[in-house]
Amino acid sequence: MTAPTKITVATTWLDGCSGCHMSFLDLDERLIELAQKVDIVYSPLVDTKKLPDRVDVGILEGSISSEDDLEKAKLFRAHCNLLISLGDCAVTGNVPAMRNHFKLADVMDRAYRENVTLQPQIPTRGVPALLTPVKPIHGEVKVDVFVPGCPPSADAIWYVLNELIEGRTPDPSSVTRFGA
Amino acid sequence: MAQPATIPNVRVVTLRIDDRDLSAREDETIIEVCRENRIPIPSLCHLDGLSVWGGCRLCMVELEGQSRLYAACSTRVAEGMRIQTNTERLQRYRRTIIELLFAERNHVCSVCVSNGHCELQWLAQKCGVDHVRIPYRQVAYPVDSSHEMFRLDHNRCILCTRCVRVCDEIEGAHTWDVMSRGSDCRIISDMAQPWGDSDTCTSCGKCVQVCPTGALVKQGTSVGEMVKDQHFLPILARRRHLQ
Ligand code: SF4
Ligand code: SF4
Ligand code: SF4
Ligand code: FES
Repeated sequence: MTAPTKITVATTWLDGCSGCHMSFLDLDERLIELAQKVDIVYSPLVDTKKLPDRVDVGILEGSISSEDDLEKAKLFRAHCNLLISLGDCAVTGNVPAMRNHFKLADVMDRAYRENVTLQPQIPTRGVPALLTPVKPIHGEVKVDVFVPGCPPSADAIWYVLNELIEGRTPDPSSVTRFGA
Repeated sequence: MAQPATIPNVRVVTLRIDDRDLSAREDETIIEVCRENRIPIPSLCHLDGLSVWGGCRLCMVELEGQSRLYAACSTRVAEGMRIQTNTERLQRYRRTIIELLFAERNHVCSVCVSNGHCELQWLAQKCGVDHVRIPYRQVAYPVDSSHEMFRLDHNRCILCTRCVRVCDEIEGAHTWDVMSRGSDCRIISDMAQPWGDSDTCTSCGKCVQVCPTGALVKQGTSVGEMVKDQHFLPILARRRHLQ
């Protein structure tokens, strides 16, 4: 072990567009500096298939819109010491939650029948059931740090991660806001 | 609050705001004195040039020796007042008020025409509202696009009544009013008719400019494009007073 103090980080996306993860990648050359301080142990950005038993920091993008999202959120909560809601979808429900004003059946019809020209059909096999209403992460599990923004800028993500690495409590409102 | 054009022998009082000794005219409100002295007080319904409404309660301050809170926009200064504008308790209340505003209707800043130019969004950040603890109500409100130049989205309305007051007090048209109570409360044009059918609206656009949020906007604006300009207001308000 060369650096036993490295912080372990896990990330995943629920109902989001992956834009918050892209913003994370926008850290560009700072990723190299970050890699010296943290170990990304589970994420769409790495190969690992299983969330380790204990992780220091969990980062969730996206809202809770399906049974699968809910399961992942609970799993992250159970395995991560500190849980971060990254981005407006995770923090407020944002765009995915806009379907809350419609009946789920109407939303499905709109997406899979009305606007489809080839074999209109509602998918049922191998897809998780959708939940109503769409909720922010903290609507289901306890969240420790909220980083609003659509997406939060790379600078905002950098600031939050650094504060945590340094053992301080970040104040995300000093660097980002809803819709930023 | 509308300023009198001439100042007939008003007295000057001394007071203390956040441990700063200040003097002010006795006919001024606390928020006016704070603004003059660059002491930030969050506010939504207050707007320089319009009458006092005192509805949003964001501007609450603490007065020494009083247990209840006072709205800085509707409380006049007095000799010897000691005011605290930013205590932990006030910060907590302000955060809660802002969260309630976000939870009541539907604010999706990322796709809002006012994104980046909205007083509610800005205040949320200023007051450290990085999430809303109460569940969102998730009830859809109507959008009135019947006016050829402007649009009203009740989902973004915080019922500050700035539009009602500017249309009545400055434009003199009194197109807007307030109807119903609680979560049904909404602003209406004329007798709750579509705005586009209004006989009274002169299409001056003043209501659109003073609206703090994306509730009243210009037609044809896309995300983040609705920038508001309120410079006309103090000037017109002063002229109205001279008449
Ligand atoms: S009105 Fe303001 S707070 Fe509401 S969605 Fe638009 S930008 Fe956000
Ligand atoms: S455009 Fe002018 S007249 Fe019409 S409602 Fe707004 S303030 Fe009143
Ligand atoms: S439409 Fe705008 S100005 Fe009028 S009450 Fe609503 S938020 Fe205030
Ligand atoms: S600004 Fe004072 S109550 Fe709204």
